[in-house]
Amino acid sequence: MTAPLVEVEDLSVAFDLPDGRIEAVRGVSFTLGRERLGIVGESGSGKSQTGRALLGLTARNGTVSAKRLAFDGIDLLRASERERRALRGSRMTMVMQDPRYSLNPVMTVEQQIVEAYRAHRRASRAEARGAALAMLQSVRIDQPERVMALYPHELSGGMGQRVMIAMMLITDPELLVADEPTSALDVTVRGEVLRILDALVAERGMGLILISHDLELVASFCDRVLVMYAGRIVEELRADALHDAKHPYTRGLIGCLPRLDRDSHPLPVLDRDPAWAL
Amino acid sequence: MSLDQGALAARPERRGAAALAVLSGIAGFLLTLAITLFGLVVVTFVIGRVVPIDPVLAVVGDRASGDVYARVRAEMGLDLPLIEQFRIYLVKAVTGDFGRSVLTTNPVIADIRTYFPATIELATLGTVIGTLIGIPLGVFAAVRSGSLADQIVRIVGLVGYSVPIFWLGLMALLLFYARLDWVAGPGRLDIAYDYMVAPVTGMVTVDALMQGQTEVFWNAVSHLVLPACLLGYFSLAYISRMTRALLLNELGQEYVITARVKGLSETRVIWRHALRNAAVPLLTVVVLSYATLLEGSVLTETVFAWPGIGSYITNSLQNADMNAVLGGTLVVGAAFVTLNLLSDLLYRLLDPRTR
Amino acid sequence: MAAASPLRLWLTTSEPRSRMQARLGGLYQGFRRLARNPTAVVGLAVVVLLVLVAAFAPLLATHSPTAGGDLRTERLLPPGPVFWLGTDDQARDIYSRIIYGSRLTLTVVVLVTVIATPIGLAIGTISGYFGGWIDRVLMRITDIFLAFPRLVLALAFVAALGPGIENAIIAIAITAWPPYARLARAETLTIRNSDFIHAVRLQGGSSTRILLKHVVPLCLSSVTVRVTLDMAGIILTAAGLGFLGLGAQPPTPEWGTMIAQGRRFLIDQWWVAAMPGIAIFVVSLGFNLLGDGLRDVLDPRSVR
Repeated sequence: MTAPLVEVEDLSVAFDLPDGRIEAVRGVSFTLGRERLGIVGESGSGKSQTGRALLGLTARNGTVSAKRLAFDGIDLLRASERERRALRGSRMTMVMQDPRYSLNPVMTVEQQIVEAYRAHRRASRAEARGAALAMLQSVRIDQPERVMALYPHELSGGMGQRVMIAMMLITDPELLVADEPTSALDVTVRGEVLRILDALVAERGMGLILISHDLELVASFCDRVLVMYAGRIVEELRADALHDAKHPYTRGLIGCLPRLDRDSHPLPVLDRDPAWAL
Repeated sequence: MSLDQGALAARPERRGAAALAVLSGIAGFLLTLAITLFGLVVVTFVIGRVVPIDPVLAVVGDRASGDVYARVRAEMGLDLPLIEQFRIYLVKAVTGDFGRSVLTTNPVIADIRTYFPATIELATLGTVIGTLIGIPLGVFAAVRSGSLADQIVRIVGLVGYSVPIFWLGLMALLLFYARLDWVAGPGRLDIAYDYMVAPVTGMVTVDALMQGQTEVFWNAVSHLVLPACLLGYFSLAYISRMTRALLLNELGQEYVITARVKGLSETRVIWRHALRNAAVPLLTVVVLSYATLLEGSVLTETVFAWPGIGSYITNSLQNADMNAVLGGTLVVGAAFVTLNLLSDLLYRLLDPRTR
Repeated sequence: MAAASPLRLWLTTSEPRSRMQARLGGLYQGFRRLARNPTAVVGLAVVVLLVLVAAFAPLLATHSPTAGGDLRTERLLPPGPVFWLGTDDQARDIYSRIIYGSRLTLTVVVLVTVIATPIGLAIGTISGYFGGWIDRVLMRITDIFLAFPRLVLALAFVAALGPGIENAIIAIAITAWPPYARLARAETLTIRNSDFIHAVRLQGGSSTRILLKHVVPLCLSSVTVRVTLDMAGIILTAAGLGFLGLGAQPPTPEWGTMIAQGRRFLIDQWWVAAMPGIAIFVVSLGFNLLGDGLRDVLDPRSVR
């Protein structure tokens, strides 16, 4: 058997701020094959920073350390910035939360997708344009010609996120980190965007890391779920065995989900035990 | 097929809407410009009326009889009601009639025509220098924000904001002209070269080049370089600071992360993505800086005996030549106001988000 | 590090007992942040020094600022042990003149602030509070003034009013208020719809009362900061007017005027023009450094 797609062992990410050092991720370990892994946790639990560290996008004031951080057997910690850049966008990629901010406001959809394609492929402008049109169709955009000429502020939220997905998957990457891909969208279009993402991931056999605060969503979408709290993984579960959760934090999260069949007054509140953060 | 037709049909429509937005933007610009210029005329009129200098006395001298005094007063329209005086003033100002300069005895507008190009020459070169150095410096500082290099760029900028320009000009003259003799001294040309080129644009360097007078051209350049560098420094201080701030703001945006996720080089991320988003506000910064130099050249021109509009205004001021002062103020003010509002218009026309 | 003093604990507590304590605590935190910025501390030191020098000018000066010495032997002397920064063409001690000149600089800064701030506050708060056509008219006027060239306009004002330091101050103040009006208006717009203003209105508070007692005090702090940021510009404009012969008149030891006088001796007696310029530069750099630091403390994300 070949090396897993992603190996993470004892990953830590810390930031130096004027008010002191903040340890956002503390000793996270997991491996990922061509499967779907969910990472759940509240804001500040370190789930996004785990994804960013993997891509090499930790902010300048942050330091990443790990016993092993590898992608397809390539040691990412030893790789030069140039080598990591060659991986980024071609073999590993990321979709972020809100297309209103994550798309460049002064470039048209066409310019942005074509740029993503040509950053890693030798292709003429016309070829890149053809690939972009095809990719937009595969995220089920009906009038790709028209959408290509638009600026991001002229797109709806759902449309913007589909453009984003198209742009990030046009180079046929093996790993996609999806960081809260639907949280900024209208509830009505969330399902659609997720189905598109689901289909593309399945069809291309990618590895997916889905980062979300939404336990339900992650459980329905992924094979495995990591639960993070205060920079650590507190529990790892199979998605279909969510109710076997042992850690009180996970149980608390499950308990907070509103249920129709039970009266939940007063609304349950998460109890936080300071010991979990140790 | 049908999709393509839809796309083709949609495009001209979008263009039509954009053209309409451009037109309404230009209309709004012209209206604001008209109102602001009107305000400028009102202010100069008021200034002209509260002057303690009696304009009649300035013409007739203090030995004239009461009869002569009254006649001249009537000729100058000073016995009319204020509102009527303003109407006349406004009509004259719009047609470029600012009266005669007591000092030079020429019509003020003719004087302005000879002096203003010298100011434009100076301010333009200053802005070019400030932009060409200021933008890369600001980008450099933003990319390394927090580093020692960033601090140095910041201090260079703050010094530019803090040093009195006329003093720096004097010190530069002392060092580069009097001590080192690297550049020519005050004025626009050595006396030997005066009147060797016919004024066409009024900008000596341009005229000399056009007429093939290379020797005159180089003499003019050696006079121009010091004041232009000085103005360039002030422009640089402002532009580099604004570039840094605007770019830092953009570098914190998410689309920059997206660009990095795509695997683009850092150079491309900064210049093509982040700076391009800052380009429109930056353009308005450059235009504003140009307007400020046009105005701020008053002090520089005085120091370098540069025969521009600033020197003209201050010379006239010291000789109580109010027609010339107000005419000059109106012209500089109009140029400043136009550039100022133009930067607003550019902002709205060039940014796809506000189109 | 030593254990925290009781005073520091009192200042940094997260549960202040009185409004005073909360306010002092806030000030203390702000000061701490300012103190962490070394250039801002330098700026603050310069400004404090300026105030001290102005206050104790008679003690610090070694000679009279206006009466000259012996014109045959003490004219245009280079810096030396008796005349620290040299003498000018009237045989006056440049050091003492600069010391006394700090009073003028401070006066200009204070008076421009005192004149321009109320104008800006009044126009801005009225405009923001009443809205409608009042807002449109006032803001249009403000925009017109904002689009004007400030130095040239100040020149024209001084030309009309006659040269002199008082008129220079008025001219600068007249051209300085528009940004403050803008700022006060923006602040007022956010305050206007807050619940406590509604409460005052329900209690029957008149518009004047609401404006003076509630809106203006809340706008005051941000406008004051903005004025502080402008002070270097005010000093430079005043010096520029003095240089052009339109500000303070000789023999007043105003720094800009002194440079203009020294200009005639630039080549051979450079110190006459150089010294006052250094004084202007140091003081306005001080204000700029302080302003820069203040801006960082008050609004870390601000662009301008």
